[in-house]
Amino acid sequence: MTIRSILMAGGAVCAAGYASAAELEVMHWWTSGGEAAAVAELADALNERTEHTWVDGAIAGTGQTARPIMISRITGGDPMAAFQFNHGRQAEELIEAGLLRDMTDVAEAQGWKDIVNPPLLLDACTVDGRIYCAPISIHSWQWLWLSHKAYEDAGIPVPTNWAEFVNAAPALEAAGKVPLAMGQQGWQQNGAFQVMMISLLPKEVYLQVYRDKDAEKARGPEVGRIFQALAQAREMSRDSRVQDWNQATNMVITGEAGGQIMGDWAQGEFQLAGLVAGEDYTCLPGLGGNPTLQAGGDAFYFPALDDPEMTAAQGELAALLLDPQTQVAFNLKKGSLPVRGDIDLSAANECMQKGLEILASGEAVPDVAQLISADSLTRIEDVFVQFFADETITAEEAQEQFAALIEDAD
Amino acid sequence: MAASRPNQLFRNKSAKIAAIPMIATALVVFLGGTIWTVAHSFTSSKLLPKWDLVGLTQYERLWGTRRWLISIENLMIYGVCMLVFCFVIGFVLAALMDQKIRFENTFRAIILYPYALSFIVTGLVWQWILNPEFGLQHVIRSLGGNRPPAECEGVGLSLSCWLSGIEFDPLYNPRIAIYGILIAALWQGTGLIMVLMLAGLRGIDQEIWRASRVDGIPAWKTYLFVVIPMMRPVFVTTLVLIGAAIVKVYDLIVAQTGGGPGNATEMPAKYVYDYMFGGQNLGQGFAASTMMLLAVLIVVIPWAFMEFGRKNRG
Repeated sequence: MTIRSILMAGGAVCAAGYASAAELEVMHWWTSGGEAAAVAELADALNERTEHTWVDGAIAGTGQTARPIMISRITGGDPMAAFQFNHGRQAEELIEAGLLRDMTDVAEAQGWKDIVNPPLLLDACTVDGRIYCAPISIHSWQWLWLSHKAYEDAGIPVPTNWAEFVNAAPALEAAGKVPLAMGQQGWQQNGAFQVMMISLLPKEVYLQVYRDKDAEKARGPEVGRIFQALAQAREMSRDSRVQDWNQATNMVITGEAGGQIMGDWAQGEFQLAGLVAGEDYTCLPGLGGNPTLQAGGDAFYFPALDDPEMTAAQGELAALLLDPQTQVAFNLKKGSLPVRGDIDLSAANECMQKGLEILASGEAVPDVAQLISADSLTRIEDVFVQFFADETITAEEAQEQFAALIEDAD
Repeated sequence: MAASRPNQLFRNKSAKIAAIPMIATALVVFLGGTIWTVAHSFTSSKLLPKWDLVGLTQYERLWGTRRWLISIENLMIYGVCMLVFCFVIGFVLAALMDQKIRFENTFRAIILYPYALSFIVTGLVWQWILNPEFGLQHVIRSLGGNRPPAECEGVGLSLSCWLSGIEFDPLYNPRIAIYGILIAALWQGTGLIMVLMLAGLRGIDQEIWRASRVDGIPAWKTYLFVVIPMMRPVFVTTLVLIGAAIVKVYDLIVAQTGGGPGNATEMPAKYVYDYMFGGQNLGQGFAASTMMLLAVLIVVIPWAFMEFGRKNRG
C-alpha cells in the first residue's frame, strides 16, 4: 500500500512535468469493499493508459451524504473534474444552470449512441438533445432472492414465481421461518413496490404511472392489485425486524427467511458467504414474472471548467469509462452489469448472466429516478414507510395517497 | 449591572472594538442566514435556491404531510421526557454527590464521561446494547440459560424460563422506539446536568444548611423549599442547554435508528435534512426549519420577557 502510494505520488510529480497531463479529481461514494475495488480499476486505467492522474475524492456514506457535498463544491465555484451521480433527474437543475459540461462532442466521437445498451441509459443523460453524462454501470432492482435451505426445512419446493412464493408462506411460517425478509427502511419498501409494479403488471402501466403521471391509472384496479400484494408482503415480513438491507439478506443466507426482494447488489453478500447460485440460493429476475429490468445505475458527470487542458482531460476520462476493457474490469468487481451490449462477460455468474440476457432482449424500462423528481420520490417513499409501519392503514388508503402524490408529482 | 451613565457607549472602547468581529458574525451569519432562510421558504426553490415566490404553498404541504406531524409528535414526547428526566436525575445525582461522599471525583468523572462521546458514538453503542440478538436482551436471556419456549411450556413458575422469555427490544418495536432513543440521550446528557447542578449546590452558602439544621428542618425539605429556589440561575442555564439539545436532535436518531422502524423515531430536524438534500427541495426544507425556529421563539420570547423584565424592575 505505502509503496504504491509513494509510486503514485512520484507519478503525480513526474506527470506535473508534462504540459498536457492533468490531475483529475473524481468524487464518488463507492467506499464499500467491492465498490472500492471497482473504483481502483478505473483509477489504474486512467493512470496507466493516459498521462493524466486520478485524484480520488471518495466520500464515505451514501449518496445522500455525498450529493450535497458535491453540489456545494460545484455551486461554490470549486468544481472537481468529474463526479458520480445516479443518472436521472437529480442533475437537471445543475445542467439548466449551465454548471455541467456538455459531453456531446465526446459522445459523438466515440459513437456512444451505437454502443450503449439499453439506449434509455443514454437518454437519461440527455437534456434537450445534448449529452451530459457518461453511464458506467447498470443496477436493477427486480430480483427475488430465495433461500434453498429455508424451503428444504419447511419441506416444500423452492417457488418459481411470486404467486407460488405467497402460497408457500404459511408452510414457512409453520416451520418457524420468516417468509419475506425486509429491512424496515423507506427505500427498501419503496423499492419492493416498484419491483411489483414492473414484475406483476405489464410494463406500460409502470410507464403510465411514473412517466406520464397518470393519476387515474394509479387509482385504477391494476395498481390496486399491487397494493394488495404489498399488503401481503407487509404481512409476510411482519417478523423481519431488521433495518439494513444486508441484515435482511443475511436472513436469507442463513435460511431464517424464505426470500427477499432486493437489487442485484445483494448478490455480493451471497458470494461473500460462499453460497452458489442455483444450489444454495435462487435468483428470480422480475419475481419470476415479467422478465423486465429497471435499468438504473451510475454515471459520471463533468462540471464545466475554464481550463482547456482540463476539459480535454475530462473528455479522455469519459472515453475511458466506456472503454470495453474498463467496463469489464469495473463491472465484474462491482457486481453490476456493463452499459455496453457488445462485450464478453463470460466470467459473470448465473444471476448476472440472466440479467445480461434480459438486457440483450431489450426488456428494460427506465429507473424511477429518471422519471420523477427526487422530491416526489421522497414523498412517495414516506407513504410506503408509513404503510409498512402501521398495519391499520389499508391497501386502498395507501393507494389513494400514492395516487394523490402521482397527480402532484413533477 | 452598574447604574447607567451618559457616556457609557464610549467606555471600554478597546473591548467594544474587539467585540466587533463577533457581533458582525452574529449579525451576518446568524441573523442574515436566518432571514435568508425564512424568505426562501416562501419560494419554490428545488436543488438550487431561486427567487420565485409561491406564498404559503410550502407550509400548506408541510402541515398536510403525515411524516411531519409524526415528527412533531415524536419531538414532543422526546422533549417532555428529556426535560423532566434530565432535571430530576441530574438533580438527584448532584444531591447524592453533595453528601460529602468518598471518591467523589471518581464518581463525577464516571457520570460525566458519556458526555465526552458524540451523539454518533452514543447512538451506535446504544443501538448495539438494545439489539435483541446480542445486546441486553440476549444477556438477560443467557442468565436464564436461554431456554427455548417449547421447553418452558407448562413449566409453571421458573426463574430460568422467565428470564429466557424476557423481551426487551425498544429499537425494534415502533410503539416504544422513541424511548430507546430517550435512554441513550439521557445516558449521554445527564452527566453534564449533574455537574452543573452540583456546582449550583456548592454555591449555596453553608450557613443556610447550618441554620436549617438548627431549626430542625429535614434535609429533603431544605432541598425542596430553600436550596432549589436559590438555584434558579443554574436551572435557567440547564433549561436552555437541554432545550437547545432537544430541538436540534438529529445525529442521535441517524446513528441509532435512522428514523425507524418505519417512521417511529422521525424528528423535525431529520425531515429538514431529508427534504433539503435527499429530496432536493430546498423550499420545503426551509419551510420546515422555519417552523422549528418559530417553535423555539414561542418558547424563548415569553421566557426572555419574564427573565429580563424582572431584572430591570429589580
